[in-house]
Amino acid sequence: MIAFQNVAHDYGGGPLFRDATLKLETGSFHFLTGPSGAGKSTFLKLCYGELIPSEGTVSLLGQDMNAMSRDELARTRQKIGIVHQDCQFLDHLTVEQNVALPLSVTGRPVSGDNLADLLAWVGLSGQARSLPPTLSGGERQRTALARAIIASPEVLLADEPTGNLDWDMSQRLMSLMIELNRMGTAVLIATHDLNLIRFVKTQVPTRVLRIARGEVQTAGAEL
Amino acid sequence: MSPHQVSRLVVPRSGRGVWLVSLSAAAMAFLAVFALALSVSAARLAQNWAAALAQTATVRVSAPPEEMSEQTAIVLEVLRTTPGIASAREMTDDEQADLLEAWLGPDLPLDALPLPRLIDVTETPEGPDRQGLRLRLSAEAPGAVYDDHTRWRRPLAEGAARMRQLANLSLVLIGAVMAAIIMLAASASLASNAQVISVLRLVGAQDRFIARAFVWRMTLRATLGAAAGTALGAVAIFALPDPADASSVLSGLGFQGSGWLLPLALPVVAAVLAWVSAKATAFGVLRGVT
Repeated sequence: MIAFQNVAHDYGGGPLFRDATLKLETGSFHFLTGPSGAGKSTFLKLCYGELIPSEGTVSLLGQDMNAMSRDELARTRQKIGIVHQDCQFLDHLTVEQNVALPLSVTGRPVSGDNLADLLAWVGLSGQARSLPPTLSGGERQRTALARAIIASPEVLLADEPTGNLDWDMSQRLMSLMIELNRMGTAVLIATHDLNLIRFVKTQVPTRVLRIARGEVQTAGAEL
Repeated sequence: MSPHQVSRLVVPRSGRGVWLVSLSAAAMAFLAVFALALSVSAARLAQNWAAALAQTATVRVSAPPEEMSEQTAIVLEVLRTTPGIASAREMTDDEQADLLEAWLGPDLPLDALPLPRLIDVTETPEGPDRQGLRLRLSAEAPGAVYDDHTRWRRPLAEGAARMRQLANLSLVLIGAVMAAIIMLAASASLASNAQVISVLRLVGAQDRFIARAFVWRMTLRATLGAAAGTALGAVAIFALPDPADASSVLSGLGFQGSGWLLPLALPVVAAVLAWVSAKATAFGVLRGVT
């Protein structure tokens, strides 16, 4: 699904991490932890090709990202759901139009019923016609999640998806991701919230990756 | 919705480039109508001048007053018997006075001046053997000079051709300026919509989808602006003084008959220009964004 082979990344001030070699299998559920500035967001960006590694290779869905053309990268991203911490939207489009974007930009049909079901599933039925600037933090996170999963992605990547949410809303969002994972989607969530990891570990098999001291380590036994 | 329809929605309608593109396209199209009119008029003038002067000539007879009538009669006889001359007519005193009035004023006593006699000649389409005719005239009427208007016609034709070249160059420059403005506006629009591009990239939109969204908007604005500018320019040209009623420099500048359809091509050209320049800019900018 996602494979790192001797990957290092450096913004110019020394490598954030180096020699990272790991695989995220189909249907797996991974957390990515580490202190602020350790490189969690960078790791995720490497996963979906927003960044090219300084060294090594990243393969996504069996394809080497370094060798992908721009169109191939775009087509690959159509199979990935991405939830950013800051949840960027097209502010002049409604929630339902934003959620449907992954389908509509690629010419795939958008079923009104499916869209309504999805919005109901994330608890946004009442906000379907709202504009993103009018949404609360939790509603924005759920809108971003709905947009990330509407195209039935094979991989879901989320960067601090509960960063601005209270515990109840965080649990609710995690439950949605767990349900998605049970349907076969591989999930990778970057977070430093250990309670969240513990909550998920009680429900699905989970592995934890930790970025520390410039290395990506497999952790989890101690959690 | 098709990707085409979606692409029209994803870029916000507001932005710095909205009025810039429409206004500049309108202004450029307005100027282009005048340049086009100048080009068409120059071609028409050149054609008219050529037609008016091509088959005419003038014989100027200079002789002492007592020999003037005899010399004139000899010249008319030579012309009558020369192949390639359709007709020859001695101009009346009033006609000569009218010609000179524009230069010397109405009050000058022309009768007192030793003026040459002018003979108005019309040539056949084939024309005479001018060299042979000049030789015959110099032999039989030494004071007669055959003037086929070449020295007048050439500068007029060259002037008209140069005017047309300038008008065409103006059209090219107007097009280049418009393309440059659209490129700048497209770059500004792409830069001010960085978040839109980022979101579209995130959801897997390909470059051609993102470019289409911006190119369509730019093309629409440029076309509408150019259509408005063309309409204004055509109205302005239509409102220019009638050549028959005025002696303005601009008299005669304009379109005639089906020539009025020519400005209709300007919005189409503007649309093509906008589409090409906006597309090139969009792809250039997107190549630099991951």
